[in-house]
Amino acid sequence: MSVGQRVTSDHQLARLLQIGVVLEEVVEARSTQHHREMDGDFDPEIAALLEHAAEESAEHREQLETLIAELDAESVSYDEIETLVEAQYGKTKPEDFDGVLYDQLCNEETAYKFYDDLIEAIEGSDSSFSVDREQVLDTLRTIRAEEAEGVEEVTAVMERR
Amino acid sequence: MNTADQYLKAIYLVQEMEDGPASTGSIADALDVSPASANEMIGKLEKRGLAEHEKNKGVSLTDEGIVDAREALSNYCIIERFLANVLEVEEFRVEARSLEAVIDDTVAERLDTIIDRASECPDCFDAETDACKYLAEVESESPAD
Repeated sequence: MSVGQRVTSDHQLARLLQIGVVLEEVVEARSTQHHREMDGDFDPEIAALLEHAAEESAEHREQLETLIAELDAESVSYDEIETLVEAQYGKTKPEDFDGVLYDQLCNEETAYKFYDDLIEAIEGSDSSFSVDREQVLDTLRTIRAEEAEGVEEVTAVMERR
Repeated sequence: MNTADQYLKAIYLVQEMEDGPASTGSIADALDVSPASANEMIGKLEKRGLAEHEKNKGVSLTDEGIVDAREALSNYCIIERFLANVLEVEEFRVEARSLEAVIDDTVAERLDTIIDRASECPDCFDAETDACKYLAEVESESPAD
């Protein structure tokens, strides 16, 4: 067992980026499920928020997939994660609109924390990777900043309600 | 998972295997750290009321320490299950160990929304095989490459 946060190999970096892809796919798939579950009966503000979150997740996923491909690894298909989300959704679905917002807040906060830890783990390592280290860090820092904005957006909507 | 949680989980599993207090040496071996590092962290856990260290006997978790250790073990189980079932990683034990320090509790909770975990988790975790017994069962049923 390794104690401490460091990313030391291409393989480990690719695996962590795959986890990032899965987290983004979970956001997209759960958002789609929320729409289905609420049967289109959404407050326009929440609907816009979820739509924006799903679009942003798709963009983040594409950025991560580019890095994963450069590391000569495979990504994780959206269809597979969507199927898993659907299978477990019944056990974890929000009860109401406030629950949907809270779920979305968890998504954004979790993603922010994940990218923050990953950036720290890469910065804490002096290993070299077959992809440009600064390119990886730039991409992750940009995504992290957008996740931070996402947390603020959801919090603002929650406070207005 | 932070360093303290990794220690709590290791002490919990060593206690289970040794059926009593965990020796500092076993804890250090489980975490692949020096006995001096292990002693230092055990001292910190004692100060936080999570563990008790009796000279010549070993380390035991307090009730509060057990709660935290079981939480950490559940999160570790989520990481193993995610790697084995979603990403289909054969060496899921090795990878879970290398990733656990970078995977925060909140991330584990999100990953938990797409895996099918037994309700008795983490009691299903087998310290000897370092995996959930259900994962180990599936593994032993699979033909070797």
